[in-house]
Amino acid sequence: MKVTIDNITIEVEPGTTILQAARKIGPEVAPPAMCYYEPLKASGGKCRACLVKVTAGSEKDPRPMPKLVPSCITQVQDGMIVENTVNEQVLETRKGIVEFLLLNHPLDCPICDQAGECHLQDFSFQHGVQQTRYEEERRTFEKQDLGPNIQLHMTRCILCYRCVFTADQITGKRVHGVLNRGDHAEISTYIEKAIDNDFSGNVIDVCPVGALTDKTYRFKNRVWFTKPVDAHCDCEKCSGKVTLWYRGDEVIRVTARKNQWGEVLDFICNTCRFERKNTADWTIEGPTKVARHSVISANKYGANKIVPEFARRLAASQYKDVHEARDTSQLNIKQLPEERFKALIPPAGESAVAGIRSIQNWAEDK
Amino acid sequence: MSLPKILTAHTHLPGIETFDVYRKNGGYAAVEKAIKTMTPDEVVEEVKKSGVRGRGGAGFPMGMKWSFLAKPEGVPRYLVCNADESEPGTFKDHWLMKTIPHLLIEGMIVSSYALGANASYIYVRGELMYVVRILEKAIAEAKAAGFLGKNILGSGYDLELYVQPGGGAYICGEETALLESLEGKRGNPRNKPPFPAVKGLYQCPTVVNNVESISTTSWIVNNGGDAYAAIGIGRSTGTKLISASGHLKKPGVYEIPLGLPVQEFIYSDEWCGGIRDGHHLKAVVAGGSSVPILPAAMLLKTAAGEDRLMSYESLADGGFATGTMMGSGGFIAMDETTCIVRNTWNFSRFYHHESCGQCSPCREGTGWMEKVLHRIEHGHGSMHDIDLLVDVAKKIEGNTICPLGDAAAWPIASAIRHFRDEFEWHITNPQEATRPGAVFKGHMELV
Amino acid sequence: MLETKPRIEFTPERLERAKEILTHYPEGRQKSALLPLLHLLQEQEGWTPAEGMDYVAELLGIQPIEVYEVATFYTMYHLEPVGKHVIEYCRTGPCMLMGGEEVYAHLKQKIGAQDGETSADKLFTIKPVECLAACGWGPCFQIREKYYTHLTIEKVDEIIDELKQ
Repeated sequence: MKVTIDNITIEVEPGTTILQAARKIGPEVAPPAMCYYEPLKASGGKCRACLVKVTAGSEKDPRPMPKLVPSCITQVQDGMIVENTVNEQVLETRKGIVEFLLLNHPLDCPICDQAGECHLQDFSFQHGVQQTRYEEERRTFEKQDLGPNIQLHMTRCILCYRCVFTADQITGKRVHGVLNRGDHAEISTYIEKAIDNDFSGNVIDVCPVGALTDKTYRFKNRVWFTKPVDAHCDCEKCSGKVTLWYRGDEVIRVTARKNQWGEVLDFICNTCRFERKNTADWTIEGPTKVARHSVISANKYGANKIVPEFARRLAASQYKDVHEARDTSQLNIKQLPEERFKALIPPAGESAVAGIRSIQNWAEDK
Repeated sequence: MSLPKILTAHTHLPGIETFDVYRKNGGYAAVEKAIKTMTPDEVVEEVKKSGVRGRGGAGFPMGMKWSFLAKPEGVPRYLVCNADESEPGTFKDHWLMKTIPHLLIEGMIVSSYALGANASYIYVRGELMYVVRILEKAIAEAKAAGFLGKNILGSGYDLELYVQPGGGAYICGEETALLESLEGKRGNPRNKPPFPAVKGLYQCPTVVNNVESISTTSWIVNNGGDAYAAIGIGRSTGTKLISASGHLKKPGVYEIPLGLPVQEFIYSDEWCGGIRDGHHLKAVVAGGSSVPILPAAMLLKTAAGEDRLMSYESLADGGFATGTMMGSGGFIAMDETTCIVRNTWNFSRFYHHESCGQCSPCREGTGWMEKVLHRIEHGHGSMHDIDLLVDVAKKIEGNTICPLGDAAAWPIASAIRHFRDEFEWHITNPQEATRPGAVFKGHMELV
Repeated sequence: MLETKPRIEFTPERLERAKEILTHYPEGRQKSALLPLLHLLQEQEGWTPAEGMDYVAELLGIQPIEVYEVATFYTMYHLEPVGKHVIEYCRTGPCMLMGGEEVYAHLKQKIGAQDGETSADKLFTIKPVECLAACGWGPCFQIREKYYTHLTIEKVDEIIDELKQ
């Protein structure tokens, strides 16, 4: 079946969702997804970040859909026409969603381990506005340990339910869930319980924000200073295919591998994640492919760095030797009161000395 | 002309809550007629002809909803009655079930037969546990008399009817949240499609109908769909239970023929008897807290100057600019002592409290709006808060999984639309406005 | 030493009722009984303690967290011990229009407890709730299954005095 998204038409299988079709076209037209997660059944539909406008339902019934639809769970119909990045209502709504998701978010990125690989950061940066209009108190929670390796910062949570689905679908026995309701809803175990399961660590990887973090990696480094490397091992519990995150020669973190949408390719076991932190435990495959726009790609692999010519020219034109005489005409002058500002500017044809004299006059007048 | 009584013909009779009295007054005749002389499709046809619309709030034609029910081979179908009445201003189902429980039971049997359901549920809000007991007793009586259970009236048709109590959550009045709750889960509404008619309770085809809607079916079977459609006006056929509350002389539940002038409903002694002594009508929420509030004058006359009627179309006349909605028929009258800002804040607190928290616009937005309104009401508002509220309401509306988002946005947007000067007065005169009982006396048009 | 809390189980009579409730649902859908069973638990214990929820989970063959998730979603389950009578008063619009605020203020003063609190004599717990579907008969509150409607300050005095005896 054919579907047109932002004026690009693509052929997809029946049953494909709008979001999947858009991803097939490319990241430029793919709607953002904060709760939808392809590897997890029943995920999606909650965050409303991926709402799009369907301007024609199908070839047969070309009426537009009255409301914006969640692209992650809406299946395409033959001849459907969708507007994402070209529709003002969609973009305006998305600004609202960013604002809603940040309403109770602490914005503690400077001390958050997720910073740099946080989907909420990316989402806000790409789709949000710079300022919030929220003046009320934010909800807060104490941080909680879910067992020895996982820490829950509930204040950062956006209630995407991914970790709940992961526990249900990957670990079999779930001990944490969503408690309470409305904006009091929280991820918790209710009575203090450790999440004790071979695959529990995967909740860290699926978390789009810094709500669930790896305690063994806590405050170790900023992610953009680390080097991701793909590696594998013979593991009896999982596929053993991981990404190792290096600081110098030291493995400071192990995560599952993710695709370009940040979705886990193979869920990994806790032994691989928390215990195998020596290079000797692994067979190295090579540097992890990191999207060029990601901060993780900054300053990573010098040999592969490509600097385009225009950037070189720009840098050369701006380069100034420190000893070079610099133009100081703009320095500080604007901070003076207006009349002094006028006095400093020498009348046409006069020298700078005349200007100084006029300042003296001005001072004497006072 | 005598007023048509479809649901309340017998409610005044002593002992009508018992099987015997109900039966003596023509009760369960519809079950006999339907099961012995009609095919299920014929019952559906009569309901379609009647034009009866869902009485829970959405007003969707009931017969049409029934005809959407998928009927795959070998898969059970369910009828679920939505008795989770929680919309502020609405208490008609509560009253109907406690007064005449067999009317609902009979309607459930007729409707289940029409839809081919062999197990049906009445989901009653948990707070009405005493009504649960009344219904359970009524079901036991009906079963003892052979109207429920195996091989009803020797027809070979089996039906079990169960009452399920909720746990205290407005959101479970939304049909998919209700189904989730009935499955023993949190009342998080489902994304649609699929609709319950295709995948409902236990992923099987399901119809969810309101108490009042189901209760009309016995009358429709007995008297025919055409007779029902003859009552009312235009596409608003039949009668409707109106829950009247607020500053009226005679608040209570009334069965009105649709099309009754609003003026008559408020002021006639037959109905509410007017506004309480010495007071005048200022504003009305005509269909339960979710629908837009209207100033009195705008409620009584449409923008074109015609008398407004109690019907789906007339109440909605003028769209959101000058109209409102029938909703669930929760008619809340407010006199000049009412502070619109306080009332709006109260409603917004309700929606904040009742948001399930699943989707972000409603979870975050309802709390935000409540906090801003709380500030304005308590003398800490600023002028830009008013436009902020309008904008936040707009960002919630239409962008949520279920209609609770809209229901939270409309009362606020409409209160600001029609009573903006009252909000402004609160902001510019915080000291005066926060005195207990203080009410804005500005440009108010009382009736 | 770890303190182990006593196990909670239904009384034989309530277990029978629980078994009857379980017959309402198709095979494999026992979880549907969760809300009714939690009501049964609260009826027995006066509130909804975690040990009781664990027992209900066991009866239904589900994980305890599934019970916690549900019990915390709905407002009727008291997750903390409460007084002998829980007064759940309606604070929503229509009851407020009928003078609810004054009546409830008097109620709280009379009992000596604020929203969410239990009186010193452990007789009363005050719990504000949203609309009880009795708008035309407001102001109103509910104690257990009983509705008290058309409340006035005098009527509240009568009800509370009666309950105190």
